[in-house]
Amino acid sequence: MTTWTDYLLTDSPSSRRQARLGQMYRKWLAFRRNPLAMVGLCIIVALLLVAAFAPLIATADPLAQNLDRRLLPPSGTNVFGTDSLGRDIFSRIVYGTRVTLVIVLLVVVSVGPIGLLIGATSGYLGGWVDRALMRMTDVFMAFPRLVLALAFVAALGPGLENAVIAIAITAWPPYARVARAETLIIRQQDYIAAIRLQGASQWRIVWKHVVPLCLPSLIVRTTLDMAGVILIAAGLGFLGLGAQPPIPEWGAMISAGREQIFDQWWVATFPGIAICIVALGFNLLGDGLRDVMDAR
Amino acid sequence: MIDVRNLDVRFGQGAGALHAVRDVSFSVAQGESFGLVGESGSGKSTVLRVLAGLNPRWTGQAALAGMPLGPRDAPLPRLVQMVFQDPYASLHPRHTVDRALSEPLEIQGIGDVGPRVERALADVGLGPAFRFRYPNQLSGGQRQRVAIARALMLEPKVLLLDEPTSALDVSVQAEILNLLRRLRRAHGLTLLLVSHNLAVIAHMCDRLAVMNRGAIVEEMDVATLRRQEPREAYTRQLLLASRGYDRDVAAGIVTYD
Repeated sequence: MTTWTDYLLTDSPSSRRQARLGQMYRKWLAFRRNPLAMVGLCIIVALLLVAAFAPLIATADPLAQNLDRRLLPPSGTNVFGTDSLGRDIFSRIVYGTRVTLVIVLLVVVSVGPIGLLIGATSGYLGGWVDRALMRMTDVFMAFPRLVLALAFVAALGPGLENAVIAIAITAWPPYARVARAETLIIRQQDYIAAIRLQGASQWRIVWKHVVPLCLPSLIVRTTLDMAGVILIAAGLGFLGLGAQPPIPEWGAMISAGREQIFDQWWVATFPGIAICIVALGFNLLGDGLRDVMDAR
Repeated sequence: MIDVRNLDVRFGQGAGALHAVRDVSFSVAQGESFGLVGESGSGKSTVLRVLAGLNPRWTGQAALAGMPLGPRDAPLPRLVQMVFQDPYASLHPRHTVDRALSEPLEIQGIGDVGPRVERALADVGLGPAFRFRYPNQLSGGQRQRVAIARALMLEPKVLLLDEPTSALDVSVQAEILNLLRRLRRAHGLTLLLVSHNLAVIAHMCDRLAVMNRGAIVEEMDVATLRRQEPREAYTRQLLLASRGYDRDVAAGIVTYD
């Protein structure tokens, strides 16, 4: 027990790997002291577990219709009730975590690197490269995000993949802006001058020296943005432009339940609560990460 | 080793332009240690950045070891390196000491990295225990030692020192200065030292030039400085000011232009 904490917390690590692990362990210790952040982390971990073990957790097939049992209130057999096609809402929410996670992952994977690369290049090189790239981001930022995403989905055709693409296309400009602002500060620093003196190429400087310093604020921004991404995906689903039936997507489920919202409240309420909890989880996690990673 | 003729640097354009360095000429022989003294904003650091290749806009002639420099030339890593003023800003916060010291070798394609890094650390008086620490685990003096080690990794002939001790505690300042003196002898370095501290210059340099408002006011050797016999009134004033705050001196300060 004490040996591995000693290994991680030593003042004089004996390899790069030990130094890096030690640094990460210190961050984790700081993160653990923040109870709200831990709540956020628990929610996200729970989301991952539910998505991974969905077949074990779900009580019924999320796609199985049973018109004899439509719009039943929550009960022992259908914990969250059934929807207008007699499908078990609890099982659909459980399987919906997978859809949500797919959206979140695809957006993160596409938006983060694009925004980072564009922002860091723009900020470090300056001049006409900077002007061209920043005008491009301005164009994207001039439109409200949901409206732009709607336009893209309408052009690309409804569907989960196209919804993700549309969200990614509309989501990168703020990341580029953040990365550029960070880069403008970093490029003035003496350690960048020092590495230039050692003959480093511009790619090396941007990639190995500037980008790692932009990363923390972008990771924080991503986690804080996740709530927004989930809500936009749900919004697109609600409008019928996201995941197509019968895929159990939470936004589409709310949309399907809106006709019965006064008589059969459970149809729209439970997916809504699920969206709420996951969005809150990402938000709390992002807040906690900011405290730990942005030591400013 | 260092030859500068009619160096002129301007920042900005039009009415807001700043004439930071005006017609500066000096030369430093191989193995010599030359000091540039002056108040803040006198342009001394700008001269260093020009020689390092960090400042692209200048006119005049400059040469290092007989190699003429051009305003847009890339830095010459194996010829000239620099130690910066603030050791808290000159080390990458997310790179270990090991990485900071091995990167110059990687960039220049020099092998034998591990032993070289350990030797460089020993050379600046840091044990192997420091090798895998991050800058935030080091004190100011230790950081400056790492910065000096990094500057010497490529075995340059010229070392530019931009106020290398002004951000450090007084007790640590002397250690760093003695280290620099020892390294200069051991590596046969030519030093160009910028400072506003006349005591540091007197300790480190053979000759010095006094700068005011971007121009060199006078050049002298350290013996003249020690005897307190400068030629120019501005230098006399600087010498008086360097003895510490004195009400009479402060009242009598004149702006020389």
